[in-house]
Parts: sequence; C-alpha cells; structure tokens
Amino acid sequence: MPILEKRPVPSRFWARGTPVLAVLMTMIAGGALFALLGKDPVEAIRTIFWDPLFSEFGFYYRSQILVKAGPLILIAIGLSLGFRAGIWNIGAEGQYIMGAILGGAVGLAFYPAEGWHVFPLMIVAGALGGVLWAMIPALLRIRFGTNEILVSLMLVYVAENILRSVSFGILKNPQGFGFPGSRNLSEYPAAANPDLIEGTGFHWGGVAAVLMVLLAWGLLSRHMLGYQIRLSGQAPRAAHFGGVNPDRLVLVCMGISGALAGLAGLFEVAGPAGQLSPDFNVGYGFTAIIVAFLGRLHPLGIVLAGLLLGLTEVGGAIAQQNLGLPAASIKAFQGMLLFFLLAMDVFTDYRLRPGGSRKEAA
Amino acid sequence: MKGMVTMQGQVTEAPLLAVEELSKAYPGVVANDGVFFSIARGEVHALLGENGAGKSTLVKMIYGLVHPDGGRMLLDGVPYAPQSPSDARRAGVAMVFQHFSLFEALNVAENIALGMEDPPPRGALSQRIREVSAAYGLPLDPERIVGELSAGERQRVEIVRCLLQDPKLLIMDEPTSVLTPQEVEILFTTLRKLRHEGTAILYISHKLDEIIELCDSATILRHGKVVATCNPREHSARELAEMMVGEILIPPRRARRTFGEVVLEVGGLSLPAATQFGTALHDIRLVLRAGEVLGIGGVAGNGQDELLAALSGERTTAPGTIRLGGREIGALGPAARRALGLLAAPEERLGHAAAPDMSLTENAFLTGAVRERLVRHGLIDWSRSRDFACRIIEGFDVRTPGPEVPARALSGGNLQKFVIGREVMQHPEVLVVNQPTWGVDAAAAGAIRQAILDLAGAGAAVIVISQDLDELMEISDSFAALNEGHLSTPRPAEGLSVEEIGLMLGGVHGGTTAGGTGEGAHADP
Repeated sequence: MPILEKRPVPSRFWARGTPVLAVLMTMIAGGALFALLGKDPVEAIRTIFWDPLFSEFGFYYRSQILVKAGPLILIAIGLSLGFRAGIWNIGAEGQYIMGAILGGAVGLAFYPAEGWHVFPLMIVAGALGGVLWAMIPALLRIRFGTNEILVSLMLVYVAENILRSVSFGILKNPQGFGFPGSRNLSEYPAAANPDLIEGTGFHWGGVAAVLMVLLAWGLLSRHMLGYQIRLSGQAPRAAHFGGVNPDRLVLVCMGISGALAGLAGLFEVAGPAGQLSPDFNVGYGFTAIIVAFLGRLHPLGIVLAGLLLGLTEVGGAIAQQNLGLPAASIKAFQGMLLFFLLAMDVFTDYRLRPGGSRKEAA
Repeated sequence: MKGMVTMQGQVTEAPLLAVEELSKAYPGVVANDGVFFSIARGEVHALLGENGAGKSTLVKMIYGLVHPDGGRMLLDGVPYAPQSPSDARRAGVAMVFQHFSLFEALNVAENIALGMEDPPPRGALSQRIREVSAAYGLPLDPERIVGELSAGERQRVEIVRCLLQDPKLLIMDEPTSVLTPQEVEILFTTLRKLRHEGTAILYISHKLDEIIELCDSATILRHGKVVATCNPREHSARELAEMMVGEILIPPRRARRTFGEVVLEVGGLSLPAATQFGTALHDIRLVLRAGEVLGIGGVAGNGQDELLAALSGERTTAPGTIRLGGREIGALGPAARRALGLLAAPEERLGHAAAPDMSLTENAFLTGAVRERLVRHGLIDWSRSRDFACRIIEGFDVRTPGPEVPARALSGGNLQKFVIGREVMQHPEVLVVNQPTWGVDAAAAGAIRQAILDLAGAGAAVIVISQDLDELMEISDSFAALNEGHLSTPRPAEGLSVEEIGLMLGGVHGGTTAGGTGEGAHADP
C-alpha cells in the first residue's frame, strides 16, 4: 500500500499548485454531482465558469462578479490575518450583519438630511458594529478560554435574529406599506454607495477592498504586527518566547476581521442591497472563509480567489435560472472547493511513496 | 559455559552475534553503510558515534524494529533476521530503550507482564521479580505504581523485564542519560555481574568516560560507516571523541577572571505547574555576579523548563522575586527583560527557540528585534535583520547555504549554534541557557561551551541548565541542583566531588533503595 511520508521541507510546487488543482477537481466532482441531478455536466460547468464572463450578457454579469467579489475579498483579508495567527473567526457573517445594521442605522438616523458627513459616519459605525460583535468571542476566549470558533459561529444566528427583529421593528420603513425592511439607502444620496463608474459594480467597497489588500500585504511583510501574526500561527511557543502577548493578538485579529466584515456589510447595505431586510445576508461571511483559504491566506491570492468565488456566485445564479439547478447544489459546489483544497494540502507537507516491501510485523 | 572468559583482542571461537556488511538507507540518507562488528559472550561492547552516525538504526535492525536493505547477521553462527521485536526476544536478544515504554498508572509487575511474551501468573511473576531484582542488586517492589518511581527505578523495571527472559544479548541505548551518579554505579554493578554470567551487552552511549570504565571493546561509527574498532581502555576520552568526530578537538578554555557586582538576584521565586505534567518551582533563590557561570544540574523534568520560563519572562511572577541590576523585573515579559539585558535560550530549538518554517533572518529578528534595533515605528528593517543573521552565521560557524534557509532545514548542532549565537551576539548582561549542547555533536558542543565561557570572560553572567554533569563541571564556577522544583544552595564548582554532586542531584531520590518518594518502602506485605 502506498504510504504518506513527511517531506523534509514543504513543497513550493504543491503550496502554489493546490488551489488550481482543487478548482479542477471541483469541476470534475461538481460535474458528476450535476450529472446525478440529471443535468448536462459540461453545460453546467460552462454556465458557471464561462457564461458570466463571455456570454451575450457578459457586460452585466461581469459587473455582478465585482459586486460579489468586493465583500468576499474585504472579509477574507480580515479573516486571513486571524487564520494565520491561529485565531479562528468563523462568524464573519454575523459581524457583517451587525456592521450593516449599525452603519445602516446611522444613515437612517440622518434621513432625510443631506451632507457629506453622513456616509463617513456610516462607515465608522459599520466597522464599529463588526468590531463589537467580534469582541464577544475574543473577550470570552481571553477571559474564560472559550472556543472562538463555536462562539463566533453561534453569534451569527443571534445576529440574524437581530436583523429580522430590526427589519420588522425599529428600522422598518415607515412608508413601506407594512413590508419588512428599512428605507432604501441607495435612494438617499447622502447615504448611498453607488457604482463609482456607472455599470462596473465597483463601489466604495471595492476601493476599501483594494486598500485593505495593499495594507495587509504591507502589514504581513514589513510590520511588527504582521510578523507576530505569522509567528504565532507557525510556532506559538516561539511567539511567546519572542515576547508576543497572545491575548492582545486575539483582540487585534478578531478586531480587524470584525471591522472589515462590518465594513463589507455597510457597503453592501448602502449599495447593491440598498436596504436592511430579513434576507439581507446571503452568506458572504461564510464564503469568505473559502476565499481566504483558496487564496492561501495571501493578500494577492485572496484577490484571485475572491474573483473566482464571485464568478461561481454569479455563474451559479445563472445555472439556477437557466438549468434549474437547486441553490443548495451551488453551495455544495463551493464547499467542494474548500474540501479539495484542504485535502490536496496534504501533499504540501507529505509525499506519496509506493509502500513496496515495508511491512510492519504486528 | 563456553566463552565465560572475557576476551580482549582476538576471538577465536564463533562470536555470539556477528554483523556483516549491514546496510540501511532512508530517503535522502544512508543510515548504515556496510556496518560490521561482532560481540562474544560475556563481552561489553560499546557502540560509539555522534548523533546521526547510525547507532540507533543499527540496534533497531538487531532488535527487529527495522529491516536491513543488505548484509546479514549471524547469531550463534546461524543466520539471524528478526522480523519483529518478538522474534528478537525469542532468539534471546533484549533491549532497554532510552525512552521508557511504561504505563504510569500500572504497577511494576503489571508493566513487566505487559512486555513479556508469555508472562507467568501474577503471584509467580512477583516472586520472580523480587528474586531477579535482588540477585542483580536492583531493588524493585513489584507492587509499586510506576508513576511514583524515579527515572532510575523506572529503568530498573525495563532491565528486570529483560532479565526475566534470560537474554543472551542485552542492548542498552543511552542508559545513563537520566541517572544520577549513584544510580549509574548501581547499574554498572549489575552490568558487570551480567557480563560475568556470560551475557553479552551492547552498550550505546556518548559518555566516553563510562565507556572506558565499562566496555571491553568498541565499534565507532561515523556517517553510517565503521571507522574504527578498538579497546576503549587503551585510549583516552579525547582520542575516542576525535575518532567519532574525525577531527581534532580543542577543549574549552577559560581565562582566569574575577567576578564583578551582583547582577541577578532571585529570591522566593515560586511558580505553580503550568500543566498537569509540569513541575512547580518552590522558593528558588540564587545570586549571580558579573562574569560568573552558574551550572544547574538535575534530571530532566525536575523544573528546568519552568525555571527557564520564569527567568526569560515567559511566565511572570511578583516583581520583587527577580532583580536585574537591582531593578525588579519579575512581572516583566520577555521583550522588556531582553531590553534590560536578560536573554535566554530555551532547550527546545524547533518551535520554542526558533520558528521551524521561518528563515534564519526571521528567526534572528525573533529575539534580536529590540537590542539590535531592527524595528522602526513598527516597521521591520529586514536588511538589518539579514545582516544580523549573517553575523551570527559567520561568528558561530553555522553551516547553512544562507540566511534565507528555514530553521528546520538546519541540523540540530547548527541550529543550536545559531540560537546560542543569536543571544551571545546581543551582548547580554545575563544569559540563561537550557541544555545548550543537547543532541549536538562534539565539535559544535565544544564551540558552544567556548562561546559561553568567552561571554562570561567579557563580564556577562551566565546560567547554564544542563543534564550533562561533565559539561557543567567543565564550564561552571558554581553549581546547584534542581530537584522536584527545589534548587539547592549554589556551591563553588571547584573541588566538588562526584559523590557530593550526586547527593545534591538525588535530593530525596536517594537512589540506593526503593525509597523514591518515601512511600512504598514499607509496602512489603
């Protein structure tokens, strides 16, 4: 039987190559899944990966890819810092919702006043909403040693309930004919987050994403904090010996990832979504986890991975519409991507050897 | 019994075990390359070599744990190719490992029964254990729980387990590394008795004085090959070391020096155990003057890691428990202590002293950030960090292609030179090192000891925590022993006898009887 053998040094080829291989494996396994559902696998894969870019309506779909990729990249950048340090914020979805609620609420509070100050205040409030929500698992971990994975994840469901509550309650549009959901912020110029260039899908969230990618890059390669983050993830004891305060690092990483998730929520609610509604969140906070890992937790990788996942989001929607694929199959498809990526990662540290004569006696 | 008489020089009759042209390769390394040696009945044969010379692979092949790629073995003149340790045991080959495989929650008799091919009933086994342990001077109570035993007593359990099977050949891998000098004496008495009865003993150790004292012949391995076969009694320890290393060794030298002012004072330092398996520190007191080297001996697991953590700042205590140059630093973290001049090098190189997957440059930055001024406004100056790494590499003869190589690609000795060099190059006021030469080859160990002495000669105070008593005697000005978290009062190293050191180390583990923790000595039914 072939055996896995630890490599003396991690393979650079596999570290770089696994994302590409994982995408190919996902196409194959996903195609099989779609075939089992009775669809033409080749057409389904083409619809997801090709049509959004090059079909007849590509001009529209391409802008939609940017709309989806923006928040994914923004959230994934924040998550990647924590993931590198071994701090597992799985609840970005909740922080995204709370950022949208707090930021949106600030905008709604000013309605209908005009002024340049409204939008910046909303941005601050959006980031703050995410930070505050992320501080709950962070402080619980520091104070009581709770597991931040569980706490941050469970807080997503709390945030969803709060979102439902405010959509039906205090933030409901008074002129909304009783429908749930807030006023439409995109129709309130002081609070709106429109496309910066009409029809591109590139709004202030995109600007923030680009900025954060560059900042994260600089942070990881040049800044003391970035070094401490990398060190803590790779060798926690060495980090402690080197003088890193682990509690402070938890606060910083959870804070940054919460802030960026909150910002993504704010840009979404003021832009593409337009309003707070019970079904405002569509899972960017979870998909961003895939983006972070697919991008190898590297800022540039995250940009590529964010664009790819944005593509599958748009392509998946087209496939749902045109081929009648169930929405859950698209989520399963994205999940496969993470599955294959993590599975193939074994080959970064291990290599396969034909077992041959090596038999161990009992 | 034939072969009773120990033989020096020529062996005319068939040896008990003959190893011929044995080879074994692992991916990327040839562990054994045409190894040959033979051992007669009643012979104590030493296997000598540096770490990685292939000793472990060789004995694992003899014990059936690893299967050779080529060559053959003859036991009593008959081809011998054990497929597993139980094959080996049936053929009369027994082995005592360096790391014990005992269940702490079970008692001695249960542990011994677990390791036997066909254990007799409990009552008879306990009786046999008493007989054998008494006959060989290894007092052992079969009813005691192994978790309560000292390292020396645990080793007796392993030895008695082997002896119960009447082995023809007993393999011992680094048996004295965890023993106090008194326990070593008891072990040697036992081994001599076994030799007298005709048991052959294959003895692996890097303690050359022991080998000269105990062994009749020696096979020396270097890089997987036999480089010499000799009678160790005809050579000095230095000559043997040079055969192992293949180069001339220069002993560390220290210049006469006087001690300066008191730089480090530790008083009333107590620390609860960090984990279930940790050791608590109790009221540690010591005073260190500039230029002084304090050696702290003790068997592993007696609080060495905890003491280092308390001194490095990884674990903090009340401010007044540690004073550096009169300043209270007990509550400061590692970075703040480093800034004040207290530097440390922990025992575990990979994962604690250095991050395995980070480059040497990044690892140089790990502790050098503050004192070497490698950070400005939060931004890291990588070119200065690289320069610092290069200076360490050059100054301490670290064999590496360059500073961008990850730490885990370096051999143990080279990485240790890097880790020690990194602290020494920062000109500490006080340096604390734990096991500076553990698992390091002789040449590198010599260089590290010399660097420590040079540092002290330049006026720094140094604490060396080590299990290697020879090392401590070689470089220490004063000596203290750590036992179950208690530190004995430091005494001048000069003039300390081996017996005195053993008593300091032993603490309550007297080592002569089964009175390990004071309980159980009266457990006789």
